[in-house]
Amino acid sequence: MLTFSYYAPTSLNQACRLLSEAQGQARLLAGGTDLLIQMKRNLVKPQFLIDLKKIKRLKGIEYDPEKGLRIRALVTHSELLHNPWILGYYPILAQAAQTIGSVQIRNKGTVGGNLCHAVPSADLAPPLLVLNARAVVRGLKGKKFIPLEEFFCAPNQTILKDGEILQEIEVPRMPERSKAIYLKHGIRRAMEIAIVGVAVLMALKPDRRTCAEVRIALGAVAPTPIRVVEAENSLQGKIIAPEEIEKAASIAAAHAQPITDLRGSAEYRQEIVRVLTARAITHAARII
Amino acid sequence: MEFSKYPITLTVNQKRYSFTVEANKTLLEVIREDLGLTGTKEGCGQGDCGACTLLVNGQAINSCLTLVVEVAGQNILTIEGLAEGDQLHPIQQAFIDHGAIQCGFCTPGMVLAAKALLDSCPRPGEEEVRMAIAGNLCRCTGYDKIVKAIMSVGS
Ligand SMILES: Cc1cc2nc3c(=O)[nH]c(=O)nc-3n(C[C@H](O)[C@H](O)[C@H](O)COP(=O)(O)OP(=O)(O)OC[C@H]3O[C@@H](n4cnc5c(N)ncnc54)[C@H](O)[C@@H]3O)c2cc1C
Ligand code: FES
Ligand code: FES
Repeated sequence: MLTFSYYAPTSLNQACRLLSEAQGQARLLAGGTDLLIQMKRNLVKPQFLIDLKKIKRLKGIEYDPEKGLRIRALVTHSELLHNPWILGYYPILAQAAQTIGSVQIRNKGTVGGNLCHAVPSADLAPPLLVLNARAVVRGLKGKKFIPLEEFFCAPNQTILKDGEILQEIEVPRMPERSKAIYLKHGIRRAMEIAIVGVAVLMALKPDRRTCAEVRIALGAVAPTPIRVVEAENSLQGKIIAPEEIEKAASIAAAHAQPITDLRGSAEYRQEIVRVLTARAITHAARII
Repeated sequence: MEFSKYPITLTVNQKRYSFTVEANKTLLEVIREDLGLTGTKEGCGQGDCGACTLLVNGQAINSCLTLVVEVAGQNILTIEGLAEGDQLHPIQQAFIDHGAIQCGFCTPGMVLAAKALLDSCPRPGEEEVRMAIAGNLCRCTGYDKIVKAIMSVGS
């Protein structure tokens, strides 16, 4: 690894200032489970490394019954897994965090790092997309709120501009009579990057048969994690029945634009999207 | 461009060390090369094998993916810190008793991953043990004896 100057600011303001003064030569360090690998391979060669871990404002999870959940950027996957609010009100996030890497990776890897590294397979992205999460971004000029759908631009690229830091993720309350599920397809159950990831949030009408609202998000099958609104629209307002589920799942598969790589071919991934989407919808609708 | 060194302290196996390090040194490099604690191994250098597992404030992490400056001032436990004199730690003894060691390369990381688990969950089931060591590769034992060794300590 090439060397660099190391900074560990204690406030967000200081971190933003350092970041903009470095004029593109600095990188932010959270858990380092993505960044240090890139640096060891000389894919990224920062002159300045700004470690965020001394900034208290970036730590912790808060919950308010009205406003919902606030997950600060430095929250680790292990913290997600053990947090009573997450387990009680947003279990899909614990479910997704559980699938990430190993204990060692989950102890260091953070929510902010997972989203800002912005790979199509980031496991927290599809669940947070169906939860209608938004990113709170901090820059020298103040705060910005960005719906997560607009956060990812391309592989390894977010909407963050130079000098901006992801401060936290806000997650609204889940709708009435709703359930959310994340299904990850891999060869192993641990230490596996998703071949396909599918998240579904289903809310039923009081009759508990009609779909009041459905949200579907896919990982690892497009340049960024995506919502598939077309598939959602086909199911909205319908009575949940096998034909309707199959139709929505097929639309989701048609809107995936996967690539072929060593983990799976494009055709295989598309088929898995169809199967997992149908499975996730069925499951979410059944257990409400 | 000039890069400076950073003064830091580390508590390793309950002993305090102060030194200056370059920012790009991993915790793994410092533990092995500067402190001479070569029980900790480097396998892959990228978070996949777990041979470099250490406990930082009781939590298992990959020391190959940790800069030493990141953990300045914190409490580190390496495999050398487990035994008390000639008295092996119960997990170490269980690994011997169950034949859970062959070449031994994965063992320090396995034992520390097991310690982190048992400290937070004293009586783990088989599934919990397997998940706790999912990030530790062993190319010799086939894992079964390791799982049994860890479970025997818990029961
Ligand atoms: C062995 C292994 C297995 C893995 N398995 C999985 C898996 O199953 N699923 C999965 O999704 N990921 C996996 N990962 C990837 C990685 O661990 C996660 O994405 C993790 O959440 C990254 O977080 P981090 O804190 O370590 O990020 P870092 O490496 O510290 O940062 C990643 C990037 O985000 C930027 N960044 C970090 N925080 C902020 C912030 N607050 N604001 C702006 N930019 C920021 C950094 O500058 C850097 O570019 C794995 C990695 C390894 C090594
Ligand atoms: S050497 Fe660190 S995980 Fe392999
Ligand atoms: S005993 Fe040889 S790698 Fe595990």
